[in-house]
Amino acid sequence: MKHFVVVAILVIASTFAVHTGLDRLGLLPVQASSQAVAVDHLFALQIWLISSLFSLIVVTLLYSLVVFHRKKGEVGDGAYFVGNSKLEVLWTLVPLFAVLYLAYLGAQSLGETRQIDPSAMQIKVIAGQWYWQFQYPDYNIASTELYLPVDRQVDFQMTSKDVIHSFWVPEFRIKQDILPGQTTELRITPTLIGNYKVLCAELCGASHAYMEGAVYVVSQQDFDAWVAKQQSSVSVDPVLRGEQLVKQYGCGACHSIDGIQKTGPTWKGLYESEVLLADGSKVTADQIYLTESIVNPNAKIAAGFPANVMPSFADVLDQTAVNSIVAYIESLK
Amino acid sequence: MKKLLSLGLVRGLIWEVFGTALGMGIVTGVRALMGLPPWKEEPAVVFGALLGALLFLYGVGVLDDWQKWARGEETHEPVDESHLGWRRYYSVSLDHKVIGIQYLVLALILMSVGGVFALIFRAELTETGMQFLTPIEYNTLMSLHGMVMIVSILLGVAAFMNYLIPLLIGANDMAFPRLNAFSFWIAVPAGIILLSSMLLGGLDTGWTAYPPLSVRAPMGIQMFLLGVSLAGFSSILGGLNIITTIIRLRTKGMTPFRMPIFVWGALATSLMTLTATQLIGLSFQLVMFERLFGMGFFDPAKGGNPILFQHLFWFYSHPAVYVFVLPGLGMISELLPVFVRKPLFGYRWVAMSSLGIALVGFLVWGHHMYASGMAEYLRVPFMYSTLLVAVPTGVKFFSWVGTIWRGKISFPAPMMFLLAGIVVFLLGGLSGPPNATVSTDLHLHDTYYIVGHFHDTMFGGYIFPFFAAFYYWFPKMTGRRLNEKLGMLHFWLMTPAFFVLSLSMMRIGLLGMRRRIMDYDPAMGFQPYHLAMTIAAFLIALGILVFFINLIWSARKGEIAKGNIWNSRSPEWQVPSPMPMHNYDKPFEVVGEPYDYGLPGSTYVKFQEGE
Repeated sequence: MKHFVVVAILVIASTFAVHTGLDRLGLLPVQASSQAVAVDHLFALQIWLISSLFSLIVVTLLYSLVVFHRKKGEVGDGAYFVGNSKLEVLWTLVPLFAVLYLAYLGAQSLGETRQIDPSAMQIKVIAGQWYWQFQYPDYNIASTELYLPVDRQVDFQMTSKDVIHSFWVPEFRIKQDILPGQTTELRITPTLIGNYKVLCAELCGASHAYMEGAVYVVSQQDFDAWVAKQQSSVSVDPVLRGEQLVKQYGCGACHSIDGIQKTGPTWKGLYESEVLLADGSKVTADQIYLTESIVNPNAKIAAGFPANVMPSFADVLDQTAVNSIVAYIESLK
Repeated sequence: MKKLLSLGLVRGLIWEVFGTALGMGIVTGVRALMGLPPWKEEPAVVFGALLGALLFLYGVGVLDDWQKWARGEETHEPVDESHLGWRRYYSVSLDHKVIGIQYLVLALILMSVGGVFALIFRAELTETGMQFLTPIEYNTLMSLHGMVMIVSILLGVAAFMNYLIPLLIGANDMAFPRLNAFSFWIAVPAGIILLSSMLLGGLDTGWTAYPPLSVRAPMGIQMFLLGVSLAGFSSILGGLNIITTIIRLRTKGMTPFRMPIFVWGALATSLMTLTATQLIGLSFQLVMFERLFGMGFFDPAKGGNPILFQHLFWFYSHPAVYVFVLPGLGMISELLPVFVRKPLFGYRWVAMSSLGIALVGFLVWGHHMYASGMAEYLRVPFMYSTLLVAVPTGVKFFSWVGTIWRGKISFPAPMMFLLAGIVVFLLGGLSGPPNATVSTDLHLHDTYYIVGHFHDTMFGGYIFPFFAAFYYWFPKMTGRRLNEKLGMLHFWLMTPAFFVLSLSMMRIGLLGMRRRIMDYDPAMGFQPYHLAMTIAAFLIALGILVFFINLIWSARKGEIAKGNIWNSRSPEWQVPSPMPMHNYDKPFEVVGEPYDYGLPGSTYVKFQEGE
């Protein structure tokens, strides 16, 4: 009996100690959405569960190892008992009801993250290898940066151009995969002004790690100002338009404009230069070559760069858009 | 040369090379006859690899007896091959002990290969930015680490089940010795084909090979898919064999509830491999067909659905993790009583918990897909079923604690690994419920937290118990004990380092580190953790290197194991080591409970007297 009392006291002490330790550590990123509140609430409960069960098993185990270890020169066996049906029923039924209750709380928490605000702002998310594009149908603008007004629910309608991607801002907690040929929905209500990043969470090929996009949660006034700026800046100058498109489609993730070689060749000084191809032949980087490289990237692979990395933009960009991008590359001569 | 050709493995490899060339030639020839451009790399290589694998099996000689039966010829029963020495391990043998060791060696080779892959990309992750790997190299190593380890674990599980089950239940061999040999030998070309994906462009899909990414991946993915499909046969047929052996070949008096508890774990595992492995083979073959023949199973543009693949894939791949851990957990339950000198607490509950986990394990696959975009209403029922797994798993933990309570505990190397296994598996278990409840999982899914959770379950449920089994049964296999001091060195190098590794994984995963990324944002501040993890990974590798040195040294020079070295009640320790050719010269009868340590005058088995 003495053993049980000591173990019980140690288990309780350890539970609080482990819980305090985990709590102090700061396990989660900043809480920046109302959905995160529901998620973190359930996390807090789980941490209690983990602390107590960890203590129950580990403390009892360690206590046994210390107290019941074989002393030097000792022979013979341990106490003979083969089981206890009442205990077994107890530690089957108690966990059974505990997990059923936990599942019930889990369903509630899920429900909270899925609450729908009919006045939510819709944003269309288009994901591709390896870029994010956000379209605001209400304002008729598109951007590679995600601007969100604070405290207003956003209804993300998401689709992929190629493989499966996943939308995740750790500070918002919840994530959702993005599928080709199908639209998936994610609803988030940002609650904290700040700069975050949207990360692709589903492995999507070679440059998956770099599929990040900037997220700005701003006040309503700042958001309106940003929208106004975007609406006024649709330019007629092909070079400026090209620069915008390049930003919009995230070409800069692989192609630098300052001479640094990333996943793809740099654009600095590319126009009209002589390009060595992987098959050993040479080609001049003129209008025709650059256009082909955008709509059919694998036709001619520059030496030293991997094939099958860049997706085709044939279905994404029309002829004018391609011409604008080529004009922009020309401007970097 | 003649001596070399007498080894089945060498003949098999020669035939495999020939078969691959032949297969490539056939495809090229058929294309030429059809008026197509003759050379197309992908179909030629895939068909070549498949034919190479089949001809390997022919060349190694594992089909010989079946061919004779088909021709109506007599085959002789297995003969004593011990005069061949080490050479019998390189050819087809029908002895379950030889096959068990063949499995074991192949599992260790693949574990080392998979481990080296991990060390390479772990080193790459130490710093932000790309150090010495290209994106495709990183992704190939990361993907293959996963699948090579999985195959290695399946082979390791098969190794101990093959070696131990007939010994523990008092059988002379497995129910189907030829099928048993086939199950092992098909894993050899499967492993070769899987690894050849590195030479054929690699792959960038992770071990899950989700389409459409896998449909667009470099050609290495085909070898990956084909290798896994072939390895699946090994698993399915091995499972069939184990189940039949357990049901049909138990010795007199061994009622189901007097079987050694490891046998229950093996039974539960084999039920799963027999019935679920088909699904991963099927899903992988559908991707192969999609690539080879343009069939649109998973292509939305052709009316297919990428989510369908995930359902098929996880219907195997979730039960698979229980396939990996149930034998290991059985091992813990089997060996704890020996080292605490007490009966296993609640034997029947422990036995039933294995079957309970296996049963519920079939109903939980959807928890890998909470964020996938599958029908939304499915998430809640899968949350309930997933959390139910905690109940039988809890029974095991409580039973272990009950077993240790008031024992007389000693701490030789196998016991140390058992105890570490319990604690590590506990961490794996307790980090599970946050992945089971949907809303918290939507944060954790596809992060390093999952990687940490998974490695905890694999190390706790497989790696640690299987090292315990190595230290415990190595004397039975070789007649010599493993060196205890090196065993302890192995333990202390590996165990603290593993805690650092897995806890760091979970820590940064919670903070936003995604899984399967080759580079991470320096602004996240994860470098110190990555540095610690890299050091920890190399310490684990060092520990395992010590283990290998111990293995090789002790097999030649280790202390001779005389008699019942662990003072165990189990039948295999009542006869000399290493095990005689036909296991037990005199059959035994079960006359008591398997784990009645501390009950004076009782024994588990009684050998028949005289002839």
